[in-house]
Amino acid sequence: MADPTPDNITPVTPDITPGATAAPGAAAEPIITVRGVTKSFDGLDGPLPVLDGIDLDVCEGEILALLGKSGSGKSTLLRCIGGLIEPSSGEVRYRGTAVDGPNPGTALVFQTFALLPWLTVQQNVEVGLEARKLPAAQRSARALQAIDLIGLDGFETAYPKELSGGMRQRVGFARALVVEPDVLLMDEPFSALDVLTAENLRGELLELWGNQEFPTKAIIIVTHNIEEAVLLADRVVILGSNPGRIRTTMDIEFDRPRDRRDPAFESLVDQIYKFMTGRQPEDVSVAAAPAPGDAAPLTPGEVPLPMATVDGLSGLAEILLRLDDDIDLADLSDELVLHVDDLLPLVDALVLLGFLSMTDGKVRLSSEGADFASADIQASKKMFAEASLANAPLVAAISRGLERSAGGALPAGFYLDVLRRSYSEKEAQRQLDTAVDWGRYAELYDFNAGRNELTLDEDRRSAGG
Amino acid sequence: MTSTRFSESTGTMSRRRPGVGDVVVFVAVVVVLYVVIRVGRGATVSFAPTQVDTIDTSPSHLPYYVARSLIRMFIALGISTIFTLIYGYVAARNRRAEKVLIPVLDILQSVPVLGFLSITVSAFIALAPGSLLGLEMASVFAIFTSQAWNMTFSFYHSVSTLPRELDELSRNLRFTRWMRFWKVEVPHSAIGLSWNAMMSFGGGWFFLSAAEAISVLNSQHALPGIGSYAAAAIDAGDIGKVWLAIITMVVVVLGVNFVFWRPLIASVERYKIELSESSNAPRSMFLDFLRSTRWPRLVGRVRRRVADPLGRMMAVFGTDTRPLRIDLRRRRVGDVVWGVVVGALICWGLYSLVAYTVEHDGLGVYLTALWLGFVTMIRVIVLVAVATVVWVPIGVKIGMSSRWSRLAQPVVQILASFPANFLFPFATLAFIHFGFSLNYGGILLMSLGAQWYILFNVIAGAQAIPSDLREAMDDLGVTGWQRWRRMILPAVFSSYVTGAITASGGAWNASIVAEIVTYGGTTLTATGLGAFIAQATQDGNFTKILAGVAVMSFYVVGINRLVWRRLYRLAERRYSLS
Repeated sequence: MADPTPDNITPVTPDITPGATAAPGAAAEPIITVRGVTKSFDGLDGPLPVLDGIDLDVCEGEILALLGKSGSGKSTLLRCIGGLIEPSSGEVRYRGTAVDGPNPGTALVFQTFALLPWLTVQQNVEVGLEARKLPAAQRSARALQAIDLIGLDGFETAYPKELSGGMRQRVGFARALVVEPDVLLMDEPFSALDVLTAENLRGELLELWGNQEFPTKAIIIVTHNIEEAVLLADRVVILGSNPGRIRTTMDIEFDRPRDRRDPAFESLVDQIYKFMTGRQPEDVSVAAAPAPGDAAPLTPGEVPLPMATVDGLSGLAEILLRLDDDIDLADLSDELVLHVDDLLPLVDALVLLGFLSMTDGKVRLSSEGADFASADIQASKKMFAEASLANAPLVAAISRGLERSAGGALPAGFYLDVLRRSYSEKEAQRQLDTAVDWGRYAELYDFNAGRNELTLDEDRRSAGG
Repeated sequence: MTSTRFSESTGTMSRRRPGVGDVVVFVAVVVVLYVVIRVGRGATVSFAPTQVDTIDTSPSHLPYYVARSLIRMFIALGISTIFTLIYGYVAARNRRAEKVLIPVLDILQSVPVLGFLSITVSAFIALAPGSLLGLEMASVFAIFTSQAWNMTFSFYHSVSTLPRELDELSRNLRFTRWMRFWKVEVPHSAIGLSWNAMMSFGGGWFFLSAAEAISVLNSQHALPGIGSYAAAAIDAGDIGKVWLAIITMVVVVLGVNFVFWRPLIASVERYKIELSESSNAPRSMFLDFLRSTRWPRLVGRVRRRVADPLGRMMAVFGTDTRPLRIDLRRRRVGDVVWGVVVGALICWGLYSLVAYTVEHDGLGVYLTALWLGFVTMIRVIVLVAVATVVWVPIGVKIGMSSRWSRLAQPVVQILASFPANFLFPFATLAFIHFGFSLNYGGILLMSLGAQWYILFNVIAGAQAIPSDLREAMDDLGVTGWQRWRRMILPAVFSSYVTGAITASGGAWNASIVAEIVTYGGTTLTATGLGAFIAQATQDGNFTKILAGVAVMSFYVVGINRLVWRRLYRLAERRYSLS
C-alpha cells in the first residue's frame, strides 16, 4: 500500500481520485466561497493562529466533511462560514455576497442540540420561521411538515427534556431544515449520541438528502470521526492542527448507500487514518531529542505536550504490551472503542516519550516502552521520569528551574507566562496541567494549589541539600 | 395524521366543563381588582405636608392597612422588575454603557436603603404637593431600592453569561432582538431572577415598615399601612396592638409566600437549562390548583393572540445580527468621546457637591461621619462575630439532620423576611427597664434582622454536604474537632460567606433604625452613623444626610472589597464542593 503523502493521496481504488480545491463540476457556481481565511485569537505575544489560509468552495449538490483532530479549527471554520465569527483576514462569500454578520443562507445543527428547553418541540421548530415574520398559521403548517419529515410526529407538544438524545437532535435537524437553508451546517451533530442512535440518524439524513424535495442544496459537516466522513461526504477536507490548514481534499465517489464493510471503504478509512496520524513535514520532529551539543535544544513552546494523563498513557502501554504485535491504529481504536480524538493524545505522548514507535500507521512498543509497561510502580516511575526529562521539554524546564531556584519553589504564573508566548490562554493552562500531572507521577516536582506554586519534590530537595 | 391525534387529546381536556376551581379563581381575580381600585383611591387623598397623620389603631382597620402595604410592595416589585429588565439588558448588551452602569450598580447596592429614603422623600413630596401621593411614591421607592439592585445584577449576570450555543442559535436563525430577549435571554435568567426577587421581597418588608412612618423636616408622616400601624402602636406604648401587628405580619408573609412566591418558583422551574428532569423540583400546591383550572389555557390563548402581532411590531428594534467587521478607529474615537462625557459629568457632580457642603455645614461633617461610621462598624463586626459563633454550630446541626432541617427551614425563612423593627419595642422596653445603653443594645437590635442570613445559609451549606463524604468520615472514625476542621467547616465555608455578606449589609442598613429607638415617648440614642443619618433626616439637613449616606456606602464598599470579596474568592477556589 502506498505511503500517503501530505499533498496527495494515492488512489487505492479507481473510485477515489485526489481532489483539487475546486469541487466536482467546476462549471457550477459555488454557493459558498472561502478565500484566504485565517483566524487567530489573542495571545500574550500577539495573535495565535487557529486557522491559516483556508481556500474552499462549496457547490450545489455536495456533502462536504471537514475532518480534523481537535485544535484543527474545524468548528471555527464552520462558524466563519455561518457568519458567526469574524475571520482575522480573508473572506467568506455566500452566492457572491461577502458575509458580514450571520449568513442568511445557512442553518446550523449543534453538537449539543441547543434547544430552548422552555419551548415545546413544535415551538422550537417554529422559532426560525417566527424570526422570518411568517404568520402563525403558515408557521404551524410548515413546522408540522418538517416534524413529520424528520420523524418526530407525536412529539409536537413534548418539551425537550422529555426526549432522548436522538429525538432532541431530530428537533435540531427539523429546526434547521424548516427555514429551508441553502447550506446546512452541522457541527459534530452525531458525536453526543450513542453509537446506534447516531448510525440511525445518519442513515435518515442520507435518505432525506437523496429525496428530490429536500430543500437544502449543500451540507457541510464538521467531524473528527473518519468513518462518518467517508460514509456521508462527497468530499472530505482534512485539516491539520496548530494552526488549522487544509492538508488535503479528497473526493469520495463510492455509490450510496455505502457499506462500511466494503473492503474499499475500509481501506480508504485506514488510509485517511494513517494520513492523519502521520507527521506533517512542518511539524517539529520529536522522535529523537537532539543530543547535547547539537542544535539548540527544543523549547516547551516548540514541543507541546499531548493532553494525556499518566493513567491513560500507561494504560495504553499495558494494553499494547499484551497485544505484543504491531497493530494498526485504526484497528486499535476499533478494539478500544475510542475515537481518534481520544486515542491520539495517548499515542502521541508515548511516541514523544520514546516508548512507542510508529511506522506506516502501525504502532509498536519500543524496548523502553515494554520495560515501562511491565515494570512495578516504583521502577516505572523512575523510567517515566528519565523519559520525560529527556523528551518533554516543559517537564525538563520546570525540573531544572526548580533545582536552580532558591527555595526549590517557583510560582506557577512564571511558567504560565512563558507558555503564553506560544500558546493561547487555555492551551497554556492545559500544557501546565499536563506537565504537573507528569511531574507529580515522576516524583520530580509537586504543585501546591493553595500557594499556586511549583515545588521540588521533597526527596529531591533533601537529597540536593 | 398524528398531529390531529394530538390536538384531539388536548381538545378533550379543554372541553372539560368549568369546575368549582375555575369559579374560585375568577372570583378571586375580581376581588383583587376591586380591592386594588378601592384602596388605590386612598393614595391620592389630599393632605398638607405639615399635618400630622394619625393612624387608627383599632383592629378593624388592619385589613385595609395590610392591603395598602401589599399594594405598595407589589408596585415596587413591578417597577423593580421593569427596571431590572431594561437596565440589566442595556448593561449586558452595550459595551460602553456597561462600563458605567455596572460600577454605578455596585455602589448603589452598597448605599443603605433607608439612606435613599432620607434623600428622596422630600423630593417626592415636592413632586406631588398637597397629596399623599408623594409620600406614597417615596415609600414605594424605598422598597424598590431594596429589591432592584440585586435583581438587576442577577439578570445582567445571566444575560452576559448566556451559553454560547444559545447566542449562536439566535444569530444563526436571525432572531429579532425582541425575540432574542423574550425567547432566550429572559427565560434563561428566569430562575435566578425569581429566587432573587423572592429574597429581596422578603427583605423589602423591613424597609416598608420603616418607610411608612417617617419623620421628615421635623414633621411626622404616616401612610396607612401595616408598618405605620405598628409604629403607631409602639408610639402609644400599646403592647397588645404590637402583638396584633406581629401576628398579622406573620400571616401576611406566609400568605404571600403561598399564593405568590411558591407558585412562581415552581413555575419557573421549566426554564432550567439542564435537559434532565430533576426529582426534587420545587412544587406548589397553589400552582397545581391553578393549573387544574381552565384559566391558564385561556390566558395562554390570549397571550398567543397578542404575542404575534406584538412581536411583529417590536421587530422595529432590529435583528440580532452583529456586523462582524468593526471599524476599530471609529470605535476608539467613540470610546474617547464617551469617556470624556462621563468624566465631565462626574467632575461636575463632585464639584457641586463639595461646593454645597462647604456652603452649608463645612467639610467637617465628613470627619464626624467617618468617626461615627467607625463606631457603627465595630457594632457590625461584633454582631457578625457573635452570630457566627452562635449560629454556625446550630446551623450545621440542623442542616445535617434531615428531620430538623425540614422543621427549621420554613421558620428561618420567615425570620429572615419578617421585619425585625416590629420586634424593636420589646427590646426597647427591656433596655429602658434595665437601664441598658443603646450603644450596646443597638447591636442586639441590628442582629434581630441580620443574623438569620448566617443561619439560613449555613443550614443550606450543611445540607449540601454529600452523604458519601459523611459516610467516609464515619468509616474512618473522624469525629469531634477533627471532623469539624477537616470536613464540616470547609464544606459550609462558602455558604457561610454568602450569609455573612448579606448579614453585614443588613446590619449597616438596620443601624439607621436601630441606633435611635422610641417607645411610648421615651427615646434612646446610640452613638453611631445610623443615628447620625436618622437624626439628619428628621432635621431635614440635606448635607448631613448626604455625608452620612456617602460615608456609610464608603464603609460598606470598602469592607466588601477588602474582606468579603477575598473570602468569597477563596471559598470559590478552595472550598467549593463541586
